Amino acid sequence: MPDLPRKKVGLISCSGEELPEGTVTRRAVREVLETLRPDDTVTLCLPLFLAGGEGERAFARHYPTISVDGCDKRCAALATEKYSAKPAVSIVVTGIAEGCGCGKIGTARRLNAEGLRLAGEVAGKIVEETDRLLKKKPKNAVRKTDRERP
Amino acid sequence: MTRKIPVVPCSGIGKSLGAAAREAAYVLTEDLRPDITQIVALARLVLGDEEAKREVAGSQAIAIDGCKLGCAAKSLASCGASNVHEVAVLDVVRRHRGLKPEGVCDLNEDGLKLARAAAQEAAKIADDIEAETGHA
Repeated sequence: MPDLPRKKVGLISCSGEELPEGTVTRRAVREVLETLRPDDTVTLCLPLFLAGGEGERAFARHYPTISVDGCDKRCAALATEKYSAKPAVSIVVTGIAEGCGCGKIGTARRLNAEGLRLAGEVAGKIVEETDRLLKKKPKNAVRKTDRERP
Repeated sequence: MTRKIPVVPCSGIGKSLGAAAREAAYVLTEDLRPDITQIVALARLVLGDEEAKREVAGSQAIAIDGCKLGCAAKSLASCGASNVHEVAVLDVVRRHRGLKPEGVCDLNEDGLKLARAAAQEAAKIADDIEAETGHA
């Protein structure tokens, strides 16, 4: 058997500098990359799609990607599709914020405690989708057969 | 209403210098020259968002880039900025050799100092544009 490259998921955050939600995308993606799924993910630099990053474009053509956008303009998702291939999953922070009842999240320059909490929620969603794309069982999940074993 | 000078920082998510570029843009537009500069998100330019293109088209603009690939400068040029002034954080760090920036989401103290140095260089450029044109 040839030694095939390990399948990974590419994460593309909008990093929108004008909105706090853009900073949330950035922090969430870094948390997944550094702490939660370091062996399963890589980050792709969105502006490199336009500036001629052939490595970025090629990765997104051949591997599954998750775009993480701060607002419903969905710059990361649409730019990835325009220059490479449609992301397997598109996450939008404002949608998750509504679901988790977050209040004011701070500024684009400095997130407050609510902003950090929201980033954690978004990171959790990225992990869930990464595991699904790689067909991994969620960590901490206990199989029924294990539970029943004496 | 007078247009402010568009400032586009690198969105680099992999390295400390990209994070310093982003922080420098905030220092410039919020602390040093809030009356004459404003951030335009790079992702909007990459997508080709019409509103973002209108904000930069025909204007002199400032790019703050984290690496030699110069994504912010290239994006501004492709969106019709009349003159792109680039602050390369890689060059700024070479001029401040003692600094050892670390971190991406949370820059260390040296990273913040580097961002301030880059912002001060950008502020001089903004002043020159302001003096030359009276407005952006």
